[in-house]
Parts: sequence; structure tokens; C-alpha cells
Amino acid sequence: MVEKKRTTAPVTGVGRRKVITGLAAVGGAAVGSRLLPGYVPYIQAQSSEPIRVGFQVHRTGIGAAYGRWYDRTTIAAAQAINDAGGINGRPLEIVAEDDGTDPKRGAEVVEKFATQHGCDIAFGTLFSHVVIGSAPRAGELKIPYFVVSEGHHVASGGLNRYTLQPGITDVKSQVIAMAPWVASNLGKKVTMIFPDFAFGYDHRDNFAEAIKAQGGEVIETVAVPPTESAFFKYFPKIPKETEVLYHVMVGPAVLTFVKEMGEFYGANRPELFGFIDSLEAVDLNSPGLEFLDGSYFWEGHPRYAGDNPSAFELNYREKVGVDLNGASRNDPKDVATYSHMFGCWETLHIVKAGMEAAGYQGPADRAKLVEAVEAMTDMPESEAHPQGAKVFNGKTHQAFGHQNITKVGDGKLSVVHRTSIEDGLYPDEVDYTTQAL
Amino acid sequence: MNGMVLDRALALHLGVVALLFVLQFILPAYHHGIVARVLVLASFALGYNILFGYTGLLSLGHALFFGAGIYGTGLVMREFGWPASAALFSGILSAVTVSLIVGFLALRTVGVAFMIVTLMFAQAGYLTSLYFNEFTRGDEGFVLQQATRVIGPFDLSEPTTRYFAALLLFAIGLLIKLALVRSSTGRVLVSIRENEERSRMLGYNPFRYKLLALVVSGAFAGAAGAMYGLLFGYVGATFVTIQYSIFPLLWVLLGGAGTVLGPLVGTLFMFYLVDLTSGFTTASLLVVGVSLVVLILWFPKGLLGTVRQRVLPWLP
Repeated sequence: MVEKKRTTAPVTGVGRRKVITGLAAVGGAAVGSRLLPGYVPYIQAQSSEPIRVGFQVHRTGIGAAYGRWYDRTTIAAAQAINDAGGINGRPLEIVAEDDGTDPKRGAEVVEKFATQHGCDIAFGTLFSHVVIGSAPRAGELKIPYFVVSEGHHVASGGLNRYTLQPGITDVKSQVIAMAPWVASNLGKKVTMIFPDFAFGYDHRDNFAEAIKAQGGEVIETVAVPPTESAFFKYFPKIPKETEVLYHVMVGPAVLTFVKEMGEFYGANRPELFGFIDSLEAVDLNSPGLEFLDGSYFWEGHPRYAGDNPSAFELNYREKVGVDLNGASRNDPKDVATYSHMFGCWETLHIVKAGMEAAGYQGPADRAKLVEAVEAMTDMPESEAHPQGAKVFNGKTHQAFGHQNITKVGDGKLSVVHRTSIEDGLYPDEVDYTTQAL
Repeated sequence: MNGMVLDRALALHLGVVALLFVLQFILPAYHHGIVARVLVLASFALGYNILFGYTGLLSLGHALFFGAGIYGTGLVMREFGWPASAALFSGILSAVTVSLIVGFLALRTVGVAFMIVTLMFAQAGYLTSLYFNEFTRGDEGFVLQQATRVIGPFDLSEPTTRYFAALLLFAIGLLIKLALVRSSTGRVLVSIRENEERSRMLGYNPFRYKLLALVVSGAFAGAAGAMYGLLFGYVGATFVTIQYSIFPLLWVLLGGAGTVLGPLVGTLFMFYLVDLTSGFTTASLLVVGVSLVVLILWFPKGLLGTVRQRVLPWLP
């Protein structure tokens, strides 16, 4: 679904209903005229024109729960930027298009942003396969593509100079940062249970290496097919000497997974360490999750605000409409994908900073925008970065930030450890700045 | 009279290729890219139609052949550094090999059993692409870098080259298919579709002809898959999922099973239907579904199939 969202009051009295009615009336003619020679998809942006951000959103498909909150956060971030004067005095306009969480459609959506909607940048993709499917087209069309995916695909060097991930830390860094704490506090003999697809393999490969560096070892790996709905048969594969069970399940079956794990182990379970990805948008007090009490999670951005939230944190929660428990202010049952969605907020603010640094005027300055973002390094905690400070690596196009380990108790998650940025750094695997713009 | 009919049919198909050639120069950028994509996918559907529309075999496993093409190309480029031209042939050869193996086994069955067996093969292919994730990167897939997608002096990521490469693939496929369906072999395929026992009684070996149809169809799918990877730079397990077995069936049914141009019409129509409706609602697939039901009610033989029935009986 294409939705052009002005985050400032429209200057004309033309309403959405009127536009749709008009479109319906002249739909055939409009479609036809777009196919005719001489059709000009958009007129060169002038200084008063909005900056158009093509928002590739997972409105349908497996990423829909994330997409809903990425959408809300993006709109809130654009509103906040516009309220503060926009970018170089120009308002931000979000042009949202559903990619169906599908890589082929994702690539088409990026093409649409660049060649039909006249967007200045493409932005906001979460799921790795959509990012990887779309990035080649972004590179070829030379449209800056700011992803919010946390996949290692950007920093691994697999993509291109026009694809950047400046607003969220990648999985490799997250895992490296937390392995020391896991080894020191929970145990050194780890069994990993993860979904049998690329996201799970990223965890398997990176954590195994990271825990080894801490003197620990992964003694067993259990890959679960993504279509699985019953998990009993997998638990006997977990060795008895397991000290830590590392789990990172995603999808609607996660509640069944936890429930069956509880029934399998009873009171005598190993320490549990999981990724909150399993429970994003899921109420921690849902029936069946009691077994998680006393277990630990990684969180990029803690869902529960805790006792001393920063002013930046409170401001962010208010703007995106999330209460202190990480749920919608309008509906406490509507739990946010809080650990990831801050990436949209921070990325849009980085786009603003980059455009202002580059003196961005229009699509002709896209290369300057990429160079301006590449030149960024330290991003201090602020209203633009409520999750915390970041360090951006312009060569690998990847940001590095703090990670949080939280413990489940009293139906909440409380932070027990926050890693330093340095904990998550690793040697560069690519230098995108050597690629031509 | 027969010669006139043949010439008229040939002229129509050459005219379509010429029209597509001209469109390259006048289409706006977005539609230019989309038509290139549609031409590659229509080539996939052209091959599917040989098996389904002309031979009467409904496969639910063509994603496997498309996948063999895209992985057969992508993996040799990524793992062994093959040039794009050799990788293209590797993709086609992979699909031919896979379709030959599947054909030998699946063609022992008929009807619903054939559908299920081909579906199972495709699912096995999909799971294989996930199992060997170390090489395929599973569901996440991998990128074919722009610098490697070059054949001779032609950069396949460049819009004009991409369009012409897609058109070349489609034109070759269209003319091969036209020649095939108008040949004696093509008539045998139709006779098998209409009455397999009678064709056997007349001295033909249906198994051999069905295998030929399956392998040619698989080669089309493989060529389309290989070209898709080269032109758009992405290889992933999504192209081996069941929806890529259903898509060519839908495109062919919509355009007209047993018509040479039907797959192009069906693919084009379906693509723009999704593209335009998704601009208004997230329930775009519901709109597409309803539209398809209405179309099938009004055009039970597909768009071009109905045109042939009512207006142009000479349409091949």
C-alpha cells in the first residue's frame, strides 16, 4: 500500500478521500498516461519541496508485526524532525510502500521509490532477505538505502556503497558483546536452539566463536525448521551437561516453544539466555511464559523503562506512543517491537544530520549524502539517539552501540548488564569507501 | 490458405517482439524496469505453457527448475568466480539436468499424482536450498555483485542492456515455442493432451514426448531463473518456494493456456494488477483473487484463449 504521509499540515484542502475518488474516476486514464512517452514522473524538487523518504515497510507477510511498529516510529520521527524545522528547512515526507516482506517485491519497491515516486532515499527495511534482495537495485539506481535490519549483511561486505545501517547494531556485534557476560555469569557449556534459517545461522556461527574466545564452548546446536509447531522432539537433543540454553526462536510458535520447554524441564532447568526477538510484540505476561521467570534476554533497547529512564528515553517513548512498560499508550495489550524500532527513529535523525552536513538539495546530491554519513563517527546519546550513544564505522557502513542483558522477574524485564560499545567491535570486513559512487 | 495463416501468426508474434523493442525507447523509467522483469518471468511462463497448455501436464514443481537456473548460475559465480556467460549456460544446464531426472520419475504418474510428485520434488529442492545454507545462504540469499554481471562489453545491470537481454530471452523463447507448437512434434504434444491412448495407438511414445515437453519447459524455466539472477543481482530460496510454482500456472491460466502469447499477457496483467492494487490497500491479494475469479468467469479460456475462441481462430 502506498501512503504518502505529510507530517505537517497539508497546504491544500485536498483530502485523502477526494484524492482517491479522483483517482478512481480517472484511474484508467492516469495509468495510460503514465505509459505514454513524455510522462514525467516528478518535477525536480525545489528548495521548498519536501524531502521524500521512501519507506519500505513490512505491512504484510511474516514481518507485519514489526512493520506496524516501524511504521509508527517512522511517522513519529518524521513528525519530530518536522516540528524542529525539518531538514535544511524542508519538511520530511514519508512515502510508504508495502513490500510484503518479500525480496522480489522489495526490489520492485526500491525501483518505485527511485523512478516513480521521486524519493530522495529509501529507508526502513528490517528482514534480511528483503534487504539483500533490494540492495542491488538501490546500488544500481544510486539511491541511498538506509536499512534497519540488524543483519550482518551490510558489514560483511555483501552489499554496496549505497546501502548503510547507521541506526542499529548488527547481530555479530550484539553476540560478541554479550558472550563475556554469559560465560562469566551463566555458564560455559552452551547449547543453542535456533530457527533453521539464515537468521539462526548468524547466531550459531557468531556466538560459537565468541563463547570460545571466553573459554566456553557450544556443546550442541539444535536447528528447528521455521514451520515447526511442536517442539517436544527437540528438547531431548539438549545434552544434560548443558549449563546455558541459548534460544532465539521467532514466529507465532514461540509461546508453544516456551510452554513445552517448561513442561520438559520443570524446575530443574539450565540457565536460559534468549534473544528478545522471540518475544517482540508479545506480552511477557501471556499465559505459558511463566517458565521464563528468572531467565535472561538480550534487548537492544529495554522494553521496560526501569527506575531511572533518561530524559531522551522519556521523550522518545512519548513521541512514539509507548508507555513505560513498552506497550502502546492506547492499548496496553499492543506490545511494541521496542528492542528494534528505535533504529527507525535514530536512522531518520542520521539522515537529517547527513543531509544537512552535505548541503543536500535533491537527488543529484545523493552521493554527497552517502559521503557525509560515511564521515560520521561518534553519535552521542541525545534526543536523536535515545537508545544510547553509537559509533559509526564509515568503511563498513555499520553502527555499533550498547547492548542490554535483562532478567525476567515479576512479569517484567530488568536490566542487569549494559555492554560498552567497545565490547561489540570487531575487525573490518569491508571498506565500502573504495567503491565508486 | 494454410500458408497465409502461418504467415499471419508469425507476423503477429514478430510484431509483438517489435513492439516490445520500441517500448524500450519510450517507457518511463519505472515501467521500463518492470517490463524487463515481466519479460523474464513471461519466459518462465512460456515454458510452463508448453507442458501445461500444450501437453496437458499440470506441474506444481516448476519453482524447482527456476531455482535450478538461478542457483546454477549464482553459485558458480559466487563460489568459483565463473564469468556471467558461462554461468548462464550453467544455470540452463542445471535446469535441464534436474528436469530430466524429475521427468524420468514423475512421468510414471499421471493427473493428480503427477501434481503431487512434482510438488514434492520442488519442496525437496526448497529444503535442499536451506540445508546447504553455507553455500546458498538459505532464505537470506546472496547478492551477485554488479561488477560480475557482465557479458563481453554488456553490463547487465545497465537499464538498456537489461531490457534488451530480457527481450532477447523472451524473443528466443517465443520463437522456439512458436516453431515447436507448429511442428509435427507440437501436434503430437497436443494429441497427447487430448487423448494420450489414441496417440499411443497411432504409434507415438507418449512418455518420450512428455519427457521432451518437460525438459524443454524446464530449460525455459532455468533460462529465466538464470537471467533473473544476472539481471537483478539477487539469488535466494524465495525463488524455490511453492509460490514460484503457482505463479506460472496463474499467468498461463490468465493469459490463455495453449496460446503462445498468453503467458506474456497473463504475466503482464497479473504484475500490474498487484502493483496498482497494492497502491491502495494492503489487501491487494484479495483484490487480485476476486479479479481473477471474475476474469475466469468471463474468460474461461484465459484472455487470449477467449479471444482465439471468439475472434481470432488462427491464433496459435
